[in-house]
Amino acid sequence: MSAQKPRTLFDKIWDAHVVETLPDGTALLYIDLHLTHEVTTPQAFDGLRAAGRGIRRPDATLGVIDHNIATDSSRYTGIVDPESALQVATLEKNAAEFGMPLIPLLDERQGIVHVIGPELGRSLPGMTIVCGDSHTSTHGAMGALAFGIGTSEVEHVLATQTLLQKPAKNMRISVDGNLAFGCSGKDIVLAIIGKIGTAGGTGHVIEYAGDAIRALDMAGRMTVCNMTIEGGARAGMVAPDQTTYDYIARTPNGPKGAALARAMEWWKTLPTDAGAHFDTEIRLNAHEIAPQVTWGTNPEAVLPITGIVPNPAEVTDEAKRVQMERMVQYMGLTPGQKLTDLKVDVVFIGSCTNSRIEDIRAAAAIAKGRRVADGVRAMVVPGSGLVKKAAEAEGLDRILKEAGFEWREAGCSMCLGMNPDKLTPGQRSASTSNRNFEGRQGPGGRTHLLSPAMAAAAAVAGHLADVRDYQPKEAL
Amino acid sequence: MQAFTKLTGIAAPLPKANVDTDQIIPARFLKSISRLGFGKNLFANFRYKEDGSENPDFVLNQEPYRKAEVLIAFENFGCGSSREHAPWALLDFGIRCVIAPDFADIFHNNCFKNGVLPVRLPKEVCAQLMEDAKLGANARITVDLEREVVVRPNGEEVPFKIDPLRRHLMLNGLDDIGQTMQHAPAIDSFESRQKAAQPWLYA
Repeated sequence: MSAQKPRTLFDKIWDAHVVETLPDGTALLYIDLHLTHEVTTPQAFDGLRAAGRGIRRPDATLGVIDHNIATDSSRYTGIVDPESALQVATLEKNAAEFGMPLIPLLDERQGIVHVIGPELGRSLPGMTIVCGDSHTSTHGAMGALAFGIGTSEVEHVLATQTLLQKPAKNMRISVDGNLAFGCSGKDIVLAIIGKIGTAGGTGHVIEYAGDAIRALDMAGRMTVCNMTIEGGARAGMVAPDQTTYDYIARTPNGPKGAALARAMEWWKTLPTDAGAHFDTEIRLNAHEIAPQVTWGTNPEAVLPITGIVPNPAEVTDEAKRVQMERMVQYMGLTPGQKLTDLKVDVVFIGSCTNSRIEDIRAAAAIAKGRRVADGVRAMVVPGSGLVKKAAEAEGLDRILKEAGFEWREAGCSMCLGMNPDKLTPGQRSASTSNRNFEGRQGPGGRTHLLSPAMAAAAAVAGHLADVRDYQPKEAL
Repeated sequence: MQAFTKLTGIAAPLPKANVDTDQIIPARFLKSISRLGFGKNLFANFRYKEDGSENPDFVLNQEPYRKAEVLIAFENFGCGSSREHAPWALLDFGIRCVIAPDFADIFHNNCFKNGVLPVRLPKEVCAQLMEDAKLGANARITVDLEREVVVRPNGEEVPFKIDPLRRHLMLNGLDDIGQTMQHAPAIDSFESRQKAAQPWLYA
């Protein structure tokens, strides 16, 4: 038997899913799991209806409602906003008409699409996973190839279970050594984006490797893979290992018994072969990463919490200077100002980036025995009904409520400004979400991205704060 | 999908890098269940003031750019969310072509599905086209997909390259689902093989 060329994790999953290669090199790629939500599907179902097509693999398709809904008790009495109500009703109607499994809005499994996929055991190693949402990259933490698609591609997958794709380039980002005290997966990925830039990964699939990635739990790996798109790459992945397998064993719908044993045989062949080629290699030292916070209006505008607001006048490139001036002005900053002097109005702990039980534990550990500062609205939005239930079983909701945090229902909430949870113009937020774009959390809103522990520290301090100064007072 | 062959029109200058899809169409306008009607909210946060009135400083509120069919911008255009509402909003406004040094991947894909042509040209060329665009109505730009050239107002031709399959689909306004359906036997046999090898992927 001839020795096969060494391949990367990405190469192996890609090769295993190519149905056909077209003459120009475009692959018809098979999709194992298609997750859907209410915002990016109505027009796709319209297209199916108009062409008389159906869903090829309803068993490989799963819908959930997450972007639009309120995260307060109003969801139990009906959606107030008529457009949101129509979009949700449209997904429900389409699911019924086309036979698509849909998690009902008031089911305990309801949650953010990128939280529920792994949590239910539907997102597994070696799979190809798509969803009409750029943060589908999250599922790559399972050792899957997962990426966001547009609505036309949603329609294409519904009808054919395939996508037309050009092969991507391989990039490996290794984070070596041990993560420093007070840091998490969020700090790793923000530091990475700070290094490679918002377009640094364009055209690539990123494999995250190194001791610091291996040491992360699944939630931390999901946070890193989630923000891959913020570095321009569509997919990020982590090779499956014992941490992955232990996680899958705890999920309700993951394979069990003989099926699991058989799946494991394949999963163990997935990690990148020694000597496989990467088009781009990036290395970071974990111990050089300090708790991170963004100061500007894209995720690349990030600094350690000990930093100061940069001065655009010191930038020679004109386009960059103009962009930086705009960021400083929009964010209401003064060059030279210490980041820890920035007072916050709102703290948001949630989103597909950081709303898992581990994230809520990290926030609660800082909140315990402290109080949210006067004038600060602090909200914790669990990523799913199951996360909420688990947190309540551990008493985390009580700790957070006693400290003055709002404890809410699962959903996308204040990440994107399309449901009732929004910033008002000029409000400054410390947010565990993924995008600090102008107006992302509401028109005129000013977003600083950071980790759950850093967000909790900002809530109790009333300003951006170094979590290393706010260590847990008591054990949880 | 509307075919794209050749277009001569007014180009609007948007001299910014990292124009993200939240800028192109903010999330609060994504609640429609139709593909149409997003044009009025294209760049809403720049086009309208807080009271809802037009911001006269924004390029698309100025003549002749209200009728722009081409948009010139800088690096990493369309980054952020996967929302196809971004090309729908451009198209609904009347913009059929965006020229920039590079595009974010998902936005780039989404454009081709909707007859909006994303043209990659070097930064220096984009900077020249940006100056052309600032001349307004006297400076029409031609984008010819058949010949793969942009014609500047001074008659200079700038070549560009589009992936051949995408170019074919775009020139003919073809639905790629129909194309893929022709591969149904191959998909069937892939599924049989996969189901035998990885039964846990099938209900």
